[in-house]
Amino acid sequence: MTVSPKPATKRVAPKTQHAGGDLRSLFLEMLRIRVVERRIAERYKEQEMRCPVHLSIGQEAVAVGVCAHLKKTDKAMSAHRSHGHYLAKGGNVRAMIAELYGRADGCCGGRGGSMHLIDRAAGFWGAVPIVGSTLPIALGLALADKRRGGDEITAAFFGEGATEEGVFTETLNLACVLGVPMLFVCENNGYSVYTPLKPRRSPNFDFENYVRSHGSLFFSGDGNDVEDVYRVTGKALGAMRAQPRPCVVEFATWRYYEHCGPAQDDHLNYRSEAEIKRWAKRDPLAIARKRLTAANPKLEAEFDAVEKRCVQEIDAVIEAVRASARPSPATLQRGVFAP
Amino acid sequence: MSRQPQTKDMTFVEAIRDATAVCLQRDPRTFVIGLGVPDPKGIFGTTLGLAAEFGADRVLDAPLSENALTGLVIGAALNGMRPILTHQRVDFALLSLEQIVNQAAKWFYMFDGRGGTVPIVIRLVIGRGWGQGPQHAQSLSSWFAHIPGLKVVAPASPADAKGMFIASVEDESPVIFLEHRWLHGMRGPVPTGYHRAALEKCLVARKGKDVTVVASAHMLIEAMRAADFASARAGIEMEVVDVRCLNPLDFATIAESVRKTKRLLVADDDSMHCGFAGEVVARVCESGIQLAAPPVRVTWPDCPSPSSAALAEVFYPSDRDLFVAVCKLAGRGAELATEFPKRPCPVDVPNLEFPGPF
Repeated sequence: MTVSPKPATKRVAPKTQHAGGDLRSLFLEMLRIRVVERRIAERYKEQEMRCPVHLSIGQEAVAVGVCAHLKKTDKAMSAHRSHGHYLAKGGNVRAMIAELYGRADGCCGGRGGSMHLIDRAAGFWGAVPIVGSTLPIALGLALADKRRGGDEITAAFFGEGATEEGVFTETLNLACVLGVPMLFVCENNGYSVYTPLKPRRSPNFDFENYVRSHGSLFFSGDGNDVEDVYRVTGKALGAMRAQPRPCVVEFATWRYYEHCGPAQDDHLNYRSEAEIKRWAKRDPLAIARKRLTAANPKLEAEFDAVEKRCVQEIDAVIEAVRASARPSPATLQRGVFAP
Repeated sequence: MSRQPQTKDMTFVEAIRDATAVCLQRDPRTFVIGLGVPDPKGIFGTTLGLAAEFGADRVLDAPLSENALTGLVIGAALNGMRPILTHQRVDFALLSLEQIVNQAAKWFYMFDGRGGTVPIVIRLVIGRGWGQGPQHAQSLSSWFAHIPGLKVVAPASPADAKGMFIASVEDESPVIFLEHRWLHGMRGPVPTGYHRAALEKCLVARKGKDVTVVASAHMLIEAMRAADFASARAGIEMEVVDVRCLNPLDFATIAESVRKTKRLLVADDDSMHCGFAGEVVARVCESGIQLAAPPVRVTWPDCPSPSSAALAEVFYPSDRDLFVAVCKLAGRGAELATEFPKRPCPVDVPNLEFPGPF
């Protein structure tokens, strides 16, 4: 956890920036995010986090595998399911938890809640819950960097549902026309709320072709295999450097929790039993952990210890946040217009 | 003694072009983008020649994509640029309401300042005449003014067009810059060089003691014509308040005038229901100012703007309509309405020089 200003002598979790592409670092970062979100889910029933939460449990590999390539000065944006992206990009944990608790020192001062995370110092330029809406804003960020001759990368995370919004196509086309190298990161978890792909897409829909026909690069990978996400993202960034233009990367993945809220919702039967079983075997953390411990069984004990410590740390953060101040009612109308 | 700035006679269009050039010249972070910006007509002439002068990378053509373009300028503004986005009609911007309302207007507030400011200007042209019809002649100014976080300005003179344009580009908040198409050809003295006009102030465009008329943009022109006739023929002195900025609203100037005249007419180029005129009337009533007569709103009727000149003639309130309403408020002069000068041109054009088609 990167919570306290003075970390314990032995760091319990990797520094999120420059996480490095080695599997151990990637796994530990996924573990940290998993623990934070699991504790959010577990403590949500206390009814003190009074805002909708969209947990990314099951989808950590995409956030971690992509952000491991990003420097602090690189930029990322996201949508409603953004905890993983925010944390993987180095967003401040305490400010995020405080935001969920509606506290004054939340990352939005309690004005946004879980769906509006931001930490510009960490290069996370904002998440908003209108599907697809940060795509053109991210393009604007990238355009400004390009004009200044910078080599920063801007990555925009979005779900496959966003590709059904006009703004996705508008932004992709605009990025190609302007020749702006922006990384579009599509997490395809197969569902928009409870609606599967079938009523949303023609069976003939060919996403890769659609993207490429606009003039963009395209790569895809296994969104539950963090090494594959890391490898594919590296390939994408390399291709973007060779030919400066936008690139879409698509990762197939699956969420384990409900669309919105702290629980699992498979009793609703919107996903088949076969599908649930298939994805249960593909937990991105389990896959990575198995690979690591197969090579070195001693790591099991170490990972257990790390997990335990992460739980303690996030609980300490939660307790500190619960004791922190709520925003003053006097600030209600502050900042409607910029000063 | 204050130094008078040098002025030059210009049209409203030339004033906007001049203001844009000043912004591009002064600040390398400024750029202009929108469909047709560098095309041979240059957004009614307001962007003509700018691409040649400042380069195609600062004066950019674009796909139609109104929503993505709006997001693009928001992002560029967050990351240090000062973008100007143009649409040739208000109506086209409806395709970008998500970005305008959900993102641009709220960004600074919803991230409690930590998201950064969104210094963008969105130019919207209110069409009128020559059969523009239901989807090329909306104003929607009340709509935009209803959204917390958007500044909504509507200049009524070439000098204000320039001064308010530069102030809008320099403002840290998103600004909806409304240009009434019938003002584009209007001439007047415009300060040369760098010239800023206060964004958030009403101006008393004409002093008077009998009736306060609150108006903006093209409606101000109608009000000034009505005021000339009312003064000369009916002895009614209208005080005409140029609103200039619909949000935030300088209500103090309006209140001060109404306190003096005790009579209020709000003239607004927009529908009546839930509109800006109603807002001004409500605020005057709430403020407790004692009125000598019930306040009056003169606006578009609550129906879409039709194309045919025969219908447009009754759709748009005229200077004569304002005169009639003022006479009613003042309790005299109504019999002179038949002598109100006729428009020197057909009702569907601003003047005889306007050739159509848009």
